[in-house]
Amino acid sequence: MTKRSLISITDLTKSEILRITELAADFEAATAAANLATQNESDGSMATRGLLQGKVIATLFFEPSTRTRLSFESAINRLGARVIGFSDASNTSVAKGETLHDTISVISNYCDMIVMRHSLEGAARYASEVASVPVVNAGDGANQHPSQTLLDLYSIQKTQGRLDGLKVMMVGDLKYGRTVHSLLEALSHFDTEFVFVSPPELRMPAEYRNLLDRKGLRYTESSELADNIADIDILYMTRIQKERFNDPMEYERVKNTYVLRASMLAGARGSMKILHPLPRVGEIATDVDDSPHAYYFKQVENGVYARMAIICYLLNVKK
Amino acid sequence: MGQDKIMEVRMIENGTVIDHIPPAALFKIISIMGLDRDTEHRMTIGTNLESKRLGTKAIIKINDRHPSPWEIDRIALFAPEARVNTIRNFEVVEKRTVEVPRSIEGFVKCANPQCVTNHETVETAFDVVAENDGNIALKCRYCEKLTKNFGTKFNPY
Repeated sequence: MTKRSLISITDLTKSEILRITELAADFEAATAAANLATQNESDGSMATRGLLQGKVIATLFFEPSTRTRLSFESAINRLGARVIGFSDASNTSVAKGETLHDTISVISNYCDMIVMRHSLEGAARYASEVASVPVVNAGDGANQHPSQTLLDLYSIQKTQGRLDGLKVMMVGDLKYGRTVHSLLEALSHFDTEFVFVSPPELRMPAEYRNLLDRKGLRYTESSELADNIADIDILYMTRIQKERFNDPMEYERVKNTYVLRASMLAGARGSMKILHPLPRVGEIATDVDDSPHAYYFKQVENGVYARMAIICYLLNVKK
Repeated sequence: MGQDKIMEVRMIENGTVIDHIPPAALFKIISIMGLDRDTEHRMTIGTNLESKRLGTKAIIKINDRHPSPWEIDRIALFAPEARVNTIRNFEVVEKRTVEVPRSIEGFVKCANPQCVTNHETVETAFDVVAENDGNIALKCRYCEKLTKNFGTKFNPY
């Protein structure tokens, strides 16, 4: 069997993306069925638990990220595999000056798959060349975080019933935000219309606008959040980071311009959902949380199913 | 001028003339071919010469030396319009245009300071992509960032 890693969303074809979202849906259904069985005091054991019995998966977080690590570890546990790894590289050989090459070569011998996060961009690609087992990129600096993109896609498909023919609004830091770049790349496989809302200094880079031009996909750009919410299917909010601004006063101004409030949602489509990769820092007012449009916490739950799907897909475990 | 050029070419019995080099790329090509350390082959190097196509150009004439495909790929990165002429018995026996390679391994340093290739001992690898303005940029296979104006990031050895 050939070793298959997931480093970048661009590694996946359209049909592979669809297969992974399909698997995620199966895992969600299996989890719901198992929960129901538990309530009915019948056999409560989850059907998915046997899938990776006897496997060991290493979660190597050279850079801490509690949320992503726990989501992966929850997925691994739900599949019946065991987890080894670290959540901080400071107690490992890395702190002694060991190269990434050596760390990965050694740990490859202990496990069937490596899930890793690293602050250096390209670290996961390099690790996948060194490792004898599949590598899943759980974030390499500002570069890629493909499991986030797949969970976003799964959330979109689940809430809208399709990935084709949707109008997606992306709001916030569109220049540096890796989640919006990867999501755009993934959605460019489908017939998507985009609306980009950002301050002019954080607009979507030319590289990504060119990609849409090449694929003949429509997009519009705006600096006003209040515009055009009425016909949007997915409103993808992102955080504007303070460190992107040289002028702190400019940051304060911009930060307050891109805050989504419940009052702005009055004209939205009933099926419109608000997604956010989290953590949020005020760009979605808390009064939105109770709205039927708010989906960002449910999106987190979808992350576990999407990661179960990714792991099984790469390990070639048939359901 | 034309007369001089023919005579200078004829000065080489067997070897290579690399013509139509942008003057700014000359010293990069000298480095790529290691001519700055070459104490063996007779060569003539001219720069800031008149050129109809480029305005000014540089030229390298070298005896008994033929650039390897590896060298030609790298020459093409910096001088995509260069001509590589093979000389035998004072005659031009082959005139070749260079072709910008689709990918390049090693040799160019990634411009992204956060790229793993700038922290670990790993050979760089790029896909050559065309920018909107026609310039060449290199897309790092590791960090996926573009290295533009990569001539300034030139790291020959």
